[in-house]
Amino acid sequence: MITELGHFALILALFVAMIQSTVPMIGAARRHVGWMAVGRSCALIGFALTALAMLSLMHAYVTSDFTVINVIENSHTDKPLLYKITGVWGNHEGSMLLWVFMLSLCAAAVALFSDNLPPALRARVLAVQGMIAVGFLLFILLTSNPFLRTFPAAPNGNGLNPVLQDPGLAFHPPFLYLGYVGFSVAFAFAVAALIEGRVDAAWARWVRPWTLASWCALTIGIAMGSWWAYYTLGWGGWWFWDPVENASFMPWLVGTALIHSSIVVEKRDTLKSWTILLAIITFSLSLVGTFLVRSGVLTSVHAFATDPERGTFILLLLVAAIGGSLTLYAIRAPSLKGGGLFAPISREGALVLNNVLLSCGCATVFLGTLYPLFLDAMGGPKLSVGFPFFNRTFAPMMVPMIIAVGIGPMLAWKRGDLLGALQRLWVAYIATALVLLVAFYLTYGGPVLAVFGLGLAAWLGSAVLTEFAERVRLFRVPLGDSLRRAIHLPRSAYGMSFAHFGLAVSVAGFAASAWDKEAIEILKPGGSIAIAGYELTLESVTRVPGPNFMADDAAIRVTRDGKLVKMMHPERRFFPLQKQTTSETSIRTNFLTDLYVALGESDTQGDWTVRVYWKPLVPWIWIGCVIMAFGGVVSLSDRRWRVGAAARSARRGMAEPVTAAGE
Amino acid sequence: MKRLIYLLPLVLFLGLAGYFLVALRPNHDVHELPSVMIDKPAPVFDLAGLGDSKPLALDALKGHPFVLNFFASWCVPCRQEHPLLMRLATENHIPLYGIAYKDKPVDSNRLLASFGDPYRQVGIDQDGRVGLNFGVYGVPETYVIDSKGVIQKRFVGPLTAESVEKELLPLLKQLGRS
Repeated sequence: MITELGHFALILALFVAMIQSTVPMIGAARRHVGWMAVGRSCALIGFALTALAMLSLMHAYVTSDFTVINVIENSHTDKPLLYKITGVWGNHEGSMLLWVFMLSLCAAAVALFSDNLPPALRARVLAVQGMIAVGFLLFILLTSNPFLRTFPAAPNGNGLNPVLQDPGLAFHPPFLYLGYVGFSVAFAFAVAALIEGRVDAAWARWVRPWTLASWCALTIGIAMGSWWAYYTLGWGGWWFWDPVENASFMPWLVGTALIHSSIVVEKRDTLKSWTILLAIITFSLSLVGTFLVRSGVLTSVHAFATDPERGTFILLLLVAAIGGSLTLYAIRAPSLKGGGLFAPISREGALVLNNVLLSCGCATVFLGTLYPLFLDAMGGPKLSVGFPFFNRTFAPMMVPMIIAVGIGPMLAWKRGDLLGALQRLWVAYIATALVLLVAFYLTYGGPVLAVFGLGLAAWLGSAVLTEFAERVRLFRVPLGDSLRRAIHLPRSAYGMSFAHFGLAVSVAGFAASAWDKEAIEILKPGGSIAIAGYELTLESVTRVPGPNFMADDAAIRVTRDGKLVKMMHPERRFFPLQKQTTSETSIRTNFLTDLYVALGESDTQGDWTVRVYWKPLVPWIWIGCVIMAFGGVVSLSDRRWRVGAAARSARRGMAEPVTAAGE
Repeated sequence: MKRLIYLLPLVLFLGLAGYFLVALRPNHDVHELPSVMIDKPAPVFDLAGLGDSKPLALDALKGHPFVLNFFASWCVPCRQEHPLLMRLATENHIPLYGIAYKDKPVDSNRLLASFGDPYRQVGIDQDGRVGLNFGVYGVPETYVIDSKGVIQKRFVGPLTAESVEKELLPLLKQLGRS
């Protein structure tokens, strides 16, 4: 009964979305206030309806209603409650419902927090979001309905893929989807602007908080996914250039470019058509990513069950949304007039460089991801180009970018003084040189590229700190004055510093992975492995029952210089229902290095394969991502404040030239 | 002219959509790939052996039909295929030889150490030259070669339980008989 309610709510949401996508659009064209206002009510009702659908599917899962096909296929009575709930989006139908739910959440947020938007623009934005919702609701209802029933009820369900039964993965999709779908707001704003034929600083100021928020969610989502892969797959890797990972990474790259280019639109009223194009492409890549994952066009470790009918449907959606918006772009963009001019060496110039490098990076990832597909289309096979390709193409492109991130914020708008900026960065040179020397000395004979990478991280980190010190005139004016300046700095300046610093932290983590050590040995209880000064002794392996699995739990004593550091307990879990084995790794971290232990196969004589990795700085990868996202949130807190008080911002800008140059 | 530039994104996208459409076309079997190498003598190779393994040379392998599998530690589909290879080696006892394609020996060794080694011998093809001679698109790829050193069959992408049951094993049986 509740399931049917959810089903009806979803159908109703489709009709509401149809109204949302047409009536406000016509209203905006005819300047009819009442028609325009319809968009807002529709967005709120649509949200309530999809939330109801989502909740009712959850209800079916929690109560283990085995007349619902989706529940039979993906759940089981023995499954822990947390995974009954998160199992809702652990499958194709449910994850699409989550997608639509996030979309309606974004539309409702736009409807609620857009009082200062011109009514026509708001109506158009909501209408465009309505169109996207119509497409995806149709997709769910026609090809991937999670509410279908079967009678008689099945005795029990098939259970969730054991690999997905993990707290990290439970919350990874919602963040990822919030990021993906959040970019639909920027997309809707871009399309609305193209329809109106006007893009100005105000437009950029409205669109930026939405872009920032989705960027933060996407950053966290990607980081969680990578962290999950790290501790659960048992290979010690944290990024595999897997098509599904790339599908989330590409919108992130272009979204990052979009955040930066919209600053230029806001501050200098130029780069307009480029920014619009980026907004369209960012969301398009989210859609393409969804398509790649959902259609099974590319094989991947993440692949869900696939169905060509669904693929064709999503392809139609893609053509309508992306093709439509790009057509509109081709017609309208040439008439968008650029504003301020700027010299190549300037803040704008640096931001353009950032955009060019990020876009090229994204294009590389795109080619690497789709190369197998292009081969496939020509009658070729499905293969992966893998690590070698990406490491050789993507990484070198990011090197100049990281160097430039250190310098860019030091340049003034319009015309910058590169030499002056380089001179003011002297502290950063010293810090970089020191780190390079120490790292080179400590790891002499080791991988040189890792030292270089660490140097890059040191450069970026110290350049960010130098830039901040310059802003508050540290050591140039009395300390009290510096403090006062620091307090009055806009939040967005802090946000930028945090985000860039987070990038430096992550880069250090990426670079240091070249120093990983690993040891794989076959041990009998009592045997031991030595790695990086630690001694790991396998004491025993015991069989412990879990809620829906049997675990072989290894007790491993870790000592250093004879002293006990920690007892580690990696497990191998066997899920009898799916006849599948998963590996639960055990990780000891001190935030500087990780000691990572995974239990492998055993033979009949009681020997166990034990894999041990020592990974320096690897936690910094995710710490850096969290700092980046935190920077985004800090900047966002400034935005919201400012959107309501644009006039105050202008006044502050005049009073304090340093901050006016900021951002 | 300037307006044409603004059309470029649309044109690129439509090209891409065309590719997607082809990729979605029903019933095309991705594992079936006509190769000009079928029924031709396999390219001669003489590769250094991985770890303690002897050198892997085509001439030494002739005399019995065998299966040659190109793999790499960096390849995700290879990991998917790996358990199947293990089963083929331990249960069906097929003569399986491996070529580590564009892979550092350290990494290949590590892969085999952690997931098991299904190969009788493994040759190192770090610069990918042998792969090039065979016309390997990427990894994994698997070739069935008869006792005279003639390529009989090519499997592109990971082997599946189905392709093994229906094609690989019957073919090997037939080659062993004649």
